[in-house]
Amino acid sequence: MSKDKKLLKDGKRIDGRGIGDLREMEAEAGIFKRADGSGYFRMGGTEAVAAVFGPRELHPKHRQKPKRGILQCRYNLTPFSVEDRKRPGPSRRGKEIGKVSEGALSSTVFLEEFPTATIDVYMEVISADAGTRCVALNAASIALADAGVPMRGLISACAAGKIEDTPVLDLKGEEDKDGQVDLPIAMNVDTDEITLLQMDGMTDTEEMDEMLELAIKGCKKVAEKQREALMKTFEDSR
Amino acid sequence: MGKKLVEDKSNVLPGDVLAEGDYLSGRGTYKEDGKVKSRVLGVARTDKSKISVIPLTGGYIPKEGDKVVGKVSGIGPSHWWIELDSPYDGYLSLAEGSDEFIDLDETDLSDVYDIGEIIYTEVIKVTSEKDVKLSMQDRICKKLSGGRIVRISPSKVPRLIGKGGSMVEMIKDKTGSRIIIGQNGIVWVSGGEEDLALEAIKTVDKKGHGDGLTEKVEKILNRR
Repeated sequence: MSKDKKLLKDGKRIDGRGIGDLREMEAEAGIFKRADGSGYFRMGGTEAVAAVFGPRELHPKHRQKPKRGILQCRYNLTPFSVEDRKRPGPSRRGKEIGKVSEGALSSTVFLEEFPTATIDVYMEVISADAGTRCVALNAASIALADAGVPMRGLISACAAGKIEDTPVLDLKGEEDKDGQVDLPIAMNVDTDEITLLQMDGMTDTEEMDEMLELAIKGCKKVAEKQREALMKTFEDSR
Repeated sequence: MGKKLVEDKSNVLPGDVLAEGDYLSGRGTYKEDGKVKSRVLGVARTDKSKISVIPLTGGYIPKEGDKVVGKVSGIGPSHWWIELDSPYDGYLSLAEGSDEFIDLDETDLSDVYDIGEIIYTEVIKVTSEKDVKLSMQDRICKKLSGGRIVRISPSKVPRLIGKGGSMVEMIKDKTGSRIIIGQNGIVWVSGGEEDLALEAIKTVDKKGHGDGLTEKVEKILNRR
């Protein structure tokens, strides 16, 4: 790298984390009263909320599938979530992330039990500092469980990456911008099935393996946090 | 024989392994690689050979034999559509809708059940595509006029009914209200001290998974 080293110093990152550390996490379930299920997730400076509605009737009718239900995801960056105000409304990036999130979540939901119906997941990023799709997916997974949707397991997501030729876990804003690789994954940590894997940047197989290993470890920690948040909902119903 | 991995009444999340080996997978669970896993957020119930999970929340999916409370949402040439608070509307045919002969040339179907009216009805058939057929043939099925409607989570319906109907009988007894509970979580309350009955029903909905529910509800009913 031609740039002077500033993202990594003596194995410490700009916010003082080691290479395998996640940012501070916070999670909550059932934050919205009017949704069937809802969730909140925060990783450092990235926060997202998610609401689930359904299973409910799908319109327009021609999109209904006779043998199974569908899952629809909306991913949105709120205008105030980023440094320069984002123009509200659908964007190419938002639609694409919504689409891959559908893939990441629908494999875990028993959609075959809801022919012709839809389950709608709305994810809103309220503060963005890299890793927004992972945080949004974590919130969405909490929301799905909170809605009582039958699932094979929870989906947990987390990103790994490479900065200054070193694989690290959970990039934050500056690291994402000046780093070399960003690798977000989503998975069911109980079965080790990966349901989303994207990558941006250049790497080789060796580093890829290292990053994947880091990300999988990260997902396991995320899953614990999600579990904690969902377990709290039991206390409220006592 | 299989191995049980959770205690009775423990809280579980989707994907949690409940048992290994020969255990039967009951409601709210699924079997994968010889393991019984939970599919919902809920409370595990273990039997000698079977494990099920009672969901904490969740919508209503029609099941054959369920008695439900629904709202007439549409009228066709010889049938009614009934909204059930579920992704699937119910279909009530003319033959199933009334005991008496109805001459379609003489009668308007809205004279029997009009749009917006509430009925207590039975689910008699659900196809694999989730077409729901309803019937009013059972003697306790009827049109519900007057009264008030309250929605509770369908997963709390068994708690509201109680063992052998003990919970709902207690509420009826103390308030003098008539109460009809649909499996879809719609509850009809009429007469007596409606406010008190509604408060008791909402308490069951909110606190339905804790211990000592009967005492809590009793306290509310005795308070006035």
